[in-house]
Amino acid sequence: MNSSSADRRLSTLSRHLAGTIRNEGSGISSSPTSAGNSVFANVVRAPEDPILGVTVAYNKDPSPVKLNLGVGAYRTEEGKPLVLNVVRKAEQLLVNDRSRIKEYLPIVGLADFNKLSAKLILGADSPAIRGNLVTTVQCLSGTGSLRVGGEFLAKHYHQRTIYIPNPTWGNHTKIFTLAGLTVKTYRYYDPVTRGLNLQGLLEDLGSAPSGAIVLLHACAHNPTGVDPTLNQWEQIRQLIRSKNLLPFFDSAYQGFASGSLDKDAESVRMFVGDGGECFIAQSYAKNMGLYGERVGALSIVCRNADVASRVESQLKLVIRPMYSSPPIHGASIVAAILKDRNLYHEWTLELKAMADRIITMRKKLFDALSARGTPGDWSHIVKQIGMFTFTGLNTKQVNFMTQQYHIYMTSDGRISMAGLSSRTVPHLADAIHAAVTTVG
Amino acid sequence: MSDSVFCQIAQAPEDPILGVTVAYNKDPDSSKLNLGVGAYRTEEGKPLVLNVVRQAEQKLVNDPTRIKEYLPIVGLADFNKASAKLIFGADSPAIQEKRVATVQCLSGSGSLRVGGEFLARHYHQKTIYIPDPTWGNHPKIFTFAGLSVKTYRYYDPSTRGLHFKGLLEDLGNAASGSIVLLHACAHNPTGVDPTIDQWEEIRQLVRSKQLLPFFDSAYQGFASGSLEADAKPVRMFAADGGECFTAQSFAKNMGLYGERVGALSIVCKTSDVASRVESQLKLVIRPMYSSPPLHGACIVSTILNDSNLYNEWTIELKGMADRIISMRTQLLEALQAKGTPGDWSHIIKQIGMFTFTGLNAEQVGFMRKEYHVYMTSDGRISMAGLSTKTIPHLANAMHAAVTSMA
Repeated sequence: MNSSSADRRLSTLSRHLAGTIRNEGSGISSSPTSAGNSVFANVVRAPEDPILGVTVAYNKDPSPVKLNLGVGAYRTEEGKPLVLNVVRKAEQLLVNDRSRIKEYLPIVGLADFNKLSAKLILGADSPAIRGNLVTTVQCLSGTGSLRVGGEFLAKHYHQRTIYIPNPTWGNHTKIFTLAGLTVKTYRYYDPVTRGLNLQGLLEDLGSAPSGAIVLLHACAHNPTGVDPTLNQWEQIRQLIRSKNLLPFFDSAYQGFASGSLDKDAESVRMFVGDGGECFIAQSYAKNMGLYGERVGALSIVCRNADVASRVESQLKLVIRPMYSSPPIHGASIVAAILKDRNLYHEWTLELKAMADRIITMRKKLFDALSARGTPGDWSHIVKQIGMFTFTGLNTKQVNFMTQQYHIYMTSDGRISMAGLSSRTVPHLADAIHAAVTTVG
Repeated sequence: MSDSVFCQIAQAPEDPILGVTVAYNKDPDSSKLNLGVGAYRTEEGKPLVLNVVRQAEQKLVNDPTRIKEYLPIVGLADFNKASAKLIFGADSPAIQEKRVATVQCLSGSGSLRVGGEFLARHYHQKTIYIPDPTWGNHPKIFTFAGLSVKTYRYYDPSTRGLHFKGLLEDLGNAASGSIVLLHACAHNPTGVDPTIDQWEEIRQLVRSKQLLPFFDSAYQGFASGSLEADAKPVRMFAADGGECFTAQSFAKNMGLYGERVGALSIVCKTSDVASRVESQLKLVIRPMYSSPPLHGACIVSTILNDSNLYNEWTIELKGMADRIISMRTQLLEALQAKGTPGDWSHIIKQIGMFTFTGLNAEQVGFMRKEYHVYMTSDGRISMAGLSTKTIPHLANAMHAAVTSMA
């Protein structure tokens, strides 16, 4: 290196150290009490969560025709969030009861809530429940149930690999990785048919090592809306049992998918009914509209009652160092509704209404695209089930729709049908039509 | 039928602290006394829901415009701001300069766990020093978060006070940059707090060795009755321009135990760092439970942001703190009246919900068997579980334990 370039380097270095160089994009500013002295100076700005980031971007958009089809939260025909009538009633009962207290729940949560949740997903007459084969612990909605179950498995199970469907909810991989498991995928969605790739699924699970954990969406697969038929579920069940794979159900939409609580639980009950073991993460975010209250349950169905009891004792050792015990309010609301015949019945009606409105939106969108003669086969819109439609639109088309039509969805082309209304379907149909006809 | 895949799982032992209440509940004796878990009880021995909490809840539940949508990952914004102001002071330069990242978490435990996981991921030093003794759940929280746990001397059994020399030595020997857990006030389980002068010495040592302070603040306002006084140690550190972590709980001071309301605040050197730190905290929270629970944080926010409710709260808070201080005085007087051997002045010197009696495990076991008095095996009693009516029974039990066994 010649002396003038060395001089330049030295002088640059000394100016930097003397703190006179402005930020050169390195994230380190140069004043004396600067970030250079922060022990977190090198912490990188994390990217926005891809799903939640959609709403962040939507909120920033000033356009009056903007449409948020990002997060899976139910909206009414008027485009508003919904608090169920039964939830309001239950809350009034709770808050007006002066004998109610706010003491810590047990580590495993509210006992009534746990029993009722197990009955809801497994059926009131479930032999597994009668035989005390099920341990149920209250957790923070579906996410918390998956995380606690995952940490338990990482600690106590001999196989540390979990197979998740491709694609799946964006948070699944992170939950299980942080829980201490290794994540692999199995084929699930066939973009060609926009349906289930059953052959690929059976092959991949068939090749999994014995004992591996398998994540299954109980119904209304997120993001695709593609569910196995009952016959296909039976094939999956037989394969799983024959290979001693451990099924871990994510049940976030019971009752919300078809409108029937029992129907949406069929896949889970099929597995539990065969006497084998399984994990179930239950969420009340959507089917009771309790999103922000974080209400859910993890159930582990075991071979015998003694194992179930020991498993429960070990679950406490996962929960206690995470947040000690779960929050009381949401679980109390759920318990109040599930244990009261009238409230329960009213709930099933409100639930069916939500499911029906979503099914109506599917039909209207499909009709609107058919009316426009939008190229392509859009029948998957009415075949898929649950809150989401996997449109099949590619990232370029998605961006086009955001830029030109102010329509917000996740970049995988997933739209939340709950975010649509009769009023806004035409706008969406126009946007899809334009995207498909102008962008490759 | 094949075996369970979990057939080898061992039965986990009952949590030592919560196990006390489990055993208490099973006891049929009518004179039984639960001095285990640190939850406030009234003179009548009942749990207490604060009036301001009932008022806030009524407001919330009767507002037809309220919804139950997901909170942001970092929680309720108004709650976060108000919580930071509560612990650091409304005029805190760190807040005014936007150098504080505050995220809503599940009470104290959740705040410690999220903070610990963040440190395990992003901080260069993976060892945390915790006081000996400390709350039983601390080592587990930090171990699960991914940190190594070491201890520093804290309690001196011979004086039943602070082992100040040992504390300074042990922290002085810690590797540069190590994390140090500090109880903001009302140390659990001992009730022994440093004086303000001692806190200043601790602060200077911590800063000179570039140790990273992590405050556990579970009793602000509950210890002395004054929110400001109980926040002084935290504010001393936050005001010196250095960085620190603070885990805040509203379980005790707002009686919101089961609602799991708390906040983690990270005071950083610059607002840019604070902003980046917050973005990374989201990546810890999202795979744990996605976002925190709504109800409790709304109650706290309603109270903190309404000057009438806030004032009422400070009065109810002082009421609780005063009752506990009164129990201390009454217990000491009862033991003195009995002529129970030993120096029991620590009962009124210690501060907060707990008294570290100095009773050994055998004496504790004796008191449980013979007098149906329940406490954790380290001799820690919850003063909140006492009343004027039950103090004589406890004094009798302690007297008997001390005189009949060593």
